[in-house]
Amino acid sequence: MTPQKRTGTQQHSPQQGLERLNIRISGSGGQGVISTGMLLGEALAIGDGKNVSQSQSYGPEARGGATRADIIVSDGEIYFPECNRLDILVAFTYEAYEKYAIEVKAEGLVLADEQAVDVLVGNATTLQMPFLELAVKKFKRSITANMIALGFLATFTKIVSKHALRDVVQEQFAGTKYEELNIKALEQGFRLGVKHGRKKK
Amino acid sequence: MPLHRTTPEGYPVLFAQGNEACVYGAIHAGCNFFAGYPITPSTEITEGMAREMPRFNGIFIQMEDEIASIGAVIGASAAGAVAMSATSGPGFSLMQENIGYAYMVQLPLVIVNVQRAGPSTGLPTKLSQGDTMQARWGTHGDYTAIVVAAATVQETYNVTIRAFQLAERFSTPVVVLLDELIGHMREKLVLKEIKRLTPVQRTFPKIPPEWYFPYKEPLDMVAHPAPVGEGFRYSMTGLIHDKSGFPTAIPSEVNHRMEILKNKIMMHCQDIWNWKEHYTEDAKYLIVAYGSAARAARGAVETLRNRRIRVGLIDLKTIWPFPYRPLPQIAEKAKTKRVFVAENNMGQLIHPVREALPQNIKVHGIRRYDGYSLDPYEIVQLVKEKIYA
Repeated sequence: MTPQKRTGTQQHSPQQGLERLNIRISGSGGQGVISTGMLLGEALAIGDGKNVSQSQSYGPEARGGATRADIIVSDGEIYFPECNRLDILVAFTYEAYEKYAIEVKAEGLVLADEQAVDVLVGNATTLQMPFLELAVKKFKRSITANMIALGFLATFTKIVSKHALRDVVQEQFAGTKYEELNIKALEQGFRLGVKHGRKKK
Repeated sequence: MPLHRTTPEGYPVLFAQGNEACVYGAIHAGCNFFAGYPITPSTEITEGMAREMPRFNGIFIQMEDEIASIGAVIGASAAGAVAMSATSGPGFSLMQENIGYAYMVQLPLVIVNVQRAGPSTGLPTKLSQGDTMQARWGTHGDYTAIVVAAATVQETYNVTIRAFQLAERFSTPVVVLLDELIGHMREKLVLKEIKRLTPVQRTFPKIPPEWYFPYKEPLDMVAHPAPVGEGFRYSMTGLIHDKSGFPTAIPSEVNHRMEILKNKIMMHCQDIWNWKEHYTEDAKYLIVAYGSAARAARGAVETLRNRRIRVGLIDLKTIWPFPYRPLPQIAEKAKTKRVFVAENNMGQLIHPVREALPQNIKVHGIRRYDGYSLDPYEIVQLVKEKIYA
């Protein structure tokens, strides 16, 4: 996965050749979609020192409903914090996948959960990954699926460094009983990404 | 404080929300009292204040509603605290009556309104800029409001600090108008004022209490009533009052009070006005916007400039008092033909823009009010449509 040289149609940066990535994490409220976006954004901005803008959209209900977090990573200034043409989409539910897969660029990448998504739409490369299955099987908690996906994203696409992610997750959950669980899930994601990265070659 | 690094100059850098930036801004400005009622999308400000206020020897109270919140803030301000509240549209409506009271008794306070789509309960988690006019004309009677806005997380921090400084300088309520996108968006934030800033502090009169008139204006027309409970006895009332604070109905005194309240702000417009310009020097077409709409407009301007269309952007940081004088000056210098007002409402900011500009400049509105932000592409299309029509 190489970062796109050209930006989306609606958001041109004046300096040509600036690298810009539009990433969207989507799913249902309560799956940790916004937390994932926040952690990824923080790892990229603070850990890796990139320009990052992370925005989100969610419904008025606390659980359920379509939720998304957009992360824009750029070497230049980010004018508008939302994106329409995506480079990477992570989908935890079919509803979210169906809604946003069409917005992924043809050369983009979709990471869909294996359990949630069975019918594929759009032209982009789609990988069905067992995030939810692994979360339940290894950690007995479906909530850790987002951490596995985050780890996968780091080692498979290499857009974010592993140590930055680990730092951010550790910091976020420091002193709570979820610290170890989340770190373990993240490591699981790292391994999954490495495994699939090799397979691709 | 969450994970952070420091800049080479030693300032902390965070990845924070607009709402969190607002909290840090308030603390660094010297805020030591917060009363509020959590409401989406401003909840993070209330949460942040609840967490941070005790650490800075401040007071945090969660009130039963927004009427009580603004009441508590007025009381705290009267007692000498640097006070603030945060809310969204429905809460801002409830606060209106007491904002008028604070204006009349000339107390400094800051109200943050993270706008959501309305009217009524509206769309709690979606954005809007529908309170643009309410922030100006919300309370009853003739009054002059100071309203500031921000378009990025860093600006939110800076603008919150500025709001406290303006409130103290003019001894009046100041509204910080944000919107859901800015409030919930996360970006890099540099806490530049963490050490450098002298926190806002209330001034005390230097004359004996028996000679003291709370509303006797100095030359710059801004009276700073002494904090209550410090030995200076005076009447504080929402009725129109004379220099001692007691009610009056004598036309000359009423006129004087009304004019002073207006002019203390309008005579200092130059110090309050603030905006950012992008490509305005040769802007045949000009976009005026603030907050999230300005972010979208900025994207549109870059795209249009790439296509060699001479478009500029004025990103307002002070909405009220509206920059009536600078706007036509910029337009005249650039020989502007058309002005576009981009906003996330059914057309509010367009009115002062139209009023400020000469008749020969056409003013068009670019509007969106479905709870989602204006899209740069949308703006590009609309601008091109008007230009080539």
